[in-house]
Order: sequence, then C-alpha cells, then structure tokens
Amino acid sequence: MSPDTRLLSDLAPGQQAVISAVHADEALHHRLAALGFRIGRSVMLMRRGRWAGPLQVRLGATDVMLRQAEAGLITVQAL
Amino acid sequence: MPNTGKSTLFNRLTGSSARVANWAGVTVDLASARILLGGHMAEMVDLPGIYDLHGFSDDEKVVRHFLEAHAIDLLAIVVNATQIERQLPLVLQARSLGLPLVLLLNMADEAKRHGMRVDTARLAARLGMPVVMISAKYGTGQPEALRVLAQALDAALEIGPARHAALKSVLSDDGRIERETAEMMAEAVTQPVLLPEQVSDRIDRLALHPWLGLPLFFVAMLAMFQAVFWLGGPLQQGLTALFDQLRQAALEPLAAVLPDFVRGLLLDGVYAGFVTVAAFVPLIVVFFLCMALVEDSGYLARAAFLTDALMARLGLDGRSFVMVLMGFGCNVPAVMGTRMMRERPLRLLSMLVIPLSLCSARLQVFLFIVSAIFRPAAAPWVIFGFYVASFATMILTALVFRRYFRNTEPFVVELPPWRVPTLGQVWMRGWLEVRHFLVRATRFIVLGVISIWLLTNLPLGAAPGSAATLAGQLGTLFVPILAPIGIDEKLTVALLFGFVAKEVMIGAFAVIYGLSGDALTHEFARNMNWLQAVSFMLFTLIYTPCMSTIATIKIESRSVAFATLSVLWPLVLAWCASFVFYQGMRVLIGS
Repeated sequence: MSPDTRLLSDLAPGQQAVISAVHADEALHHRLAALGFRIGRSVMLMRRGRWAGPLQVRLGATDVMLRQAEAGLITVQAL
Repeated sequence: MPNTGKSTLFNRLTGSSARVANWAGVTVDLASARILLGGHMAEMVDLPGIYDLHGFSDDEKVVRHFLEAHAIDLLAIVVNATQIERQLPLVLQARSLGLPLVLLLNMADEAKRHGMRVDTARLAARLGMPVVMISAKYGTGQPEALRVLAQALDAALEIGPARHAALKSVLSDDGRIERETAEMMAEAVTQPVLLPEQVSDRIDRLALHPWLGLPLFFVAMLAMFQAVFWLGGPLQQGLTALFDQLRQAALEPLAAVLPDFVRGLLLDGVYAGFVTVAAFVPLIVVFFLCMALVEDSGYLARAAFLTDALMARLGLDGRSFVMVLMGFGCNVPAVMGTRMMRERPLRLLSMLVIPLSLCSARLQVFLFIVSAIFRPAAAPWVIFGFYVASFATMILTALVFRRYFRNTEPFVVELPPWRVPTLGQVWMRGWLEVRHFLVRATRFIVLGVISIWLLTNLPLGAAPGSAATLAGQLGTLFVPILAPIGIDEKLTVALLFGFVAKEVMIGAFAVIYGLSGDALTHEFARNMNWLQAVSFMLFTLIYTPCMSTIATIKIESRSVAFATLSVLWPLVLAWCASFVFYQGMRVLIGS
C-alpha cells in the first residue's frame, strides 16, 4: 500500500486526491457513482461540518455532502 | 445510464412484445423485442444502465462485451436531462466507438420544472448525432423519437454494418471529455442562473461557517416567517371579509327559504368549512413561494449540512431537519417532503416528529390566547417559549422512538451550487404545491367542520354549543381526564374543533362563548388563570396533528397502524406535559 493511500474521510480540508476504490454495497455504490464517485476521478475535500458532521466534497463541477461513515468507504490516493 | 427511465421507454416503444433471452458474450439475460422502425424490422435490446464505458462494474462489463460481440446498426443512449452535465461524458465516450448514435434526453418534464432548457438542434450539431427530448413517463416526444430512430437506422443501413473502433482504444483521456462537456453545456443548455463558482464558494464560507452558519440560518428563517405573515396576513383578512360579505349579501337571503336546520348546516357547516380552507390559501401561497425561493436558491441543502451532526444523534438526518422547518409553516407539505428519503424507518421517524412543529395555524391560536391573558411585555417571550417547547417535544419523541425506527440510510446528498431562482420557476413550483394542498385539504376540512357543526347543534332544540348538545355532553365526558390539567368542558369542545384544523379553534371560542371581539377576550381572561392558559396551549401544541396532516401521514406511510400511532403518541405526550406543568406549577406556587 502506498503511503499516500488513505480514506476520503481522512483528507484535510483543501486537500486533493484521486479515488482508488469504493467499498459500498450495491445500492450505495450506484448512488455514489451517479454523483461522480468513480475510480480514477479526482476529489477535493472542501470542508468538514462541526461536531463530526458531514463532509463537503467536490468532484469536477459537482459538490456532494456525505457523512464520515460513507466517506470511510472510499479509498483515495492523496496528491 | 441507470435510473434514467430507460426501461420505461423500452416498454413504451415495444409494447408487450419484449422477450428475455441469453445473448452471446454476456452472462445476464437481456430483454429484447422486434419492432417496425421505418421500413425495417429491427431487433431492439435493452442494455443495462451504466455510467462509464470503461468502468469495472458488472453492468459496464455486460455492455462492453455486448457491443464487442454483436454487429450493431444503431445505438440509442438514454440520458436524464436534469443531470445532463454528469451524463454527457458517457455520450462522448460512446461517440468515439464510431457507432451510429441517437441521444434521447429523458425526463423532459422534470427538466422544464427545474427551469432547464436544452437547445437540441445545437447539441445535435455539436455531438454529430440526432438529439430528442422525451418524457418516457408521460409519453411526450415519443412519435418524434421513433421517427428519428427510423431515420437514423435507414442512414446507418445504407452505409452498411458499422465497424467500430476496438474498445481498448476508446480509453480517451477524461480531461478532454470534461472540457468538451463544459463547452456543450455552455452552448446548448440553459440552466437556472448559477452564481459563478468563486461567488458560490464565498457565500458558502459564510453560510457554512463553523460558528456563524447555524445562527445565520435561523435569522434567515425568522425573516422568512415574518415575510409570510406580513404578506399573507392582510391577504387572509381581506379574503375572510370578502367571504363574509358574500354570505351576508347573497347566501343568507338565498337560504332564507330553507328550514333552520338545513340552512345552518349549509351556511355554518359547508360554507364555513369552505371559507376556512379558502382563507388559509393566501398564507399557504406566500409560504410556498418563500419556501420555493429558499429551496431553489440552494439554502435548504446547506441547512441539512449544518444540522446533520445533531440530527444523526437523534436517529434522523439533515433532511429531516429541513422538513421540520417546513413544518413550522404547515405540517402537510413537510410530511410529504419526506418522500426524498429512501429507508422507511427514517421516513416514519421523521413523520412522527414533524407534526410536533408549531405550525402557523397553531401560532394564530396562541397569539389570540396570549394577547388575552398576558401583559404585552411578556407575550413575545411566552410565544418564544412555545417554540422551544415544540423543539423539546420533537427531541424527546426522536429519543424515545429512534430504537424502533433504526435506519442505516446513507447520507449522501448533492450540494447544489447557489442559484438565482427565476420568478416563473418559483411561481410554478409554489402553484403546484398549493394545488396539491387544496385538493387534499378541502375534503377533510369541509367534512370535519360539518360533523362538528352537527355535534354542537344536535339534538334539535339545544342551544348551539351548550352543555345539552352532543359536543357539550362529550365535553362533560372528558372532565375526569382534562380537569387535572386545568381544561374545563368548554375548552374541551374547542379542542374537538382543533382536531379538524387548529385555526378553527378561534372561531370555536366565539361559538362556544357566544361572544366575539373584545367581549370574547375579556370573558376568556375572566374564565381562566395563566396556568390554565399555558396548560391549554401546551396541550393544543402537542395533542394531535390536524386532520389534513393525519390524512397525509396515512397516505404517505400507507399504514393505518402508523397513522394511529401518530395520533395516540402526541395525545399521551400532550397530557403528560400539561399535567406535569399544571400540577407542578400549582405545587410550586402553592395555589
């Protein structure tokens, strides 16, 4: 495992990364894919909500908010 | 693309002639049908929906293998028009296959509602393939789609079977596709006015600020409710006056020939019911217009972001909070709004919590009582206290019931860019909601008002609203239950009215006391002390959702048992809350 491999939920605000794996069940996998979470796409963590709240993530022109639990299912290569 | 209505369209085009069969090169069964397209019998195959031609999911492999193993004359791609920006890249990938293509933009109806317009001619020129807007759900655009498909098929057959590029060479770089998508979007698609990204980001820095975000949002909401009352209040009064005049000038003289009982039923039952709904309409219209404005601008999605962490601890999520906020205007659309949740437990828990929000109808009742009982200086604080109580009951309810409505619904929601909604768009959305409300509410409120009129007027000869009527007898029946929380039999009858719709209660006071205006206010203040008043209001706040809300809950949950729970739980909670307050304060004060 390369040292830059981590979970999307572990990125710092403003940090960019490339998605390397999505470990969700089928329904969630589809939903994530529809929003742009696909292997090879680059993502940027915009901000984290207070009190361990959701994350705001940017994929291309789309912004998505997702909880840490869901972000923890996505493995990325930090840039 | 998945979930674009591809199969709906396939079924529409092929009728019931589709059959499911095994195809060489793929491991799953695919539906296919023979249909007459132009002058040819064509075999049409429904391929799985995919996001990406070089993806790794099973569906993507199926499509890839199918395209490689079979000679295809024409490939029709179905795309959700409202998500065209995210779905165009697939079309561009497919284009590099070298196959004859037709692009079908589905969900044209929804795109229109979102204020989107697609210049299909320009997009077709850019893409080099025919583009047709359709709505598979409503069947619009279908004849044109068939005509275009037939034409494209004729043209393709003239050239002979397509020899498409090997798929491996198709792995063209994403950067180019993204650039091309952006260009086409700019050229051929009119979206609701988006704020530039830097501006949008700057607003987000403030709106989603870790400390200021939530307070700012509450101020914005407060301003919205103020606007609803400033704009809607006078309209409501005007309409009520108009209906009164109509009644005095036309209906009463006309009904004079009828027997007393029938006249009373028609005027005080049916007409009063109709007027109650109609007078409520201006407030609802303004409320929905404001809500459409807040929603279409993208602010509601931010509210979900800000509150999700807190709501998660209650077994709910950020979207539930948004619905609770809508509930402060009217519970009915808020309950309907839970449709966007997919897991049933989360929906049900939200539906249990939403009716506890202090809606505008309850606010009217509280304003009346508070101004009759409390000093003007104290009044705003009492009202504020009821908003706090409203939140407290919601939190308590969620804490009690979250274990029965456990859900693992993922919270993955698009955060749309800030938009400037157009007037027409806001108007159209508002109007659709209002029409929905009217159709739904009319039946119930009119029926309810009639039955309560009958209760307060039967048996024949009893003085309306007196103890001798059915309602009066019911009130007496409830004395053992309601006396411990300081509610007398007259107010009990008002609570019966409130069951239909809370805003009817003020009218009910007038009927029960046989007074109106200042005289009613004085009589009211003489009849109860402030402890009883607060206890009564607390009970009114919680005791049951109004009939429209109950009906909506029943329809949305498709469960009589759940609708029953949504009535019984608040009843129990209301009694307990009022009992603790009333008896507790009596002990404390020593009266």
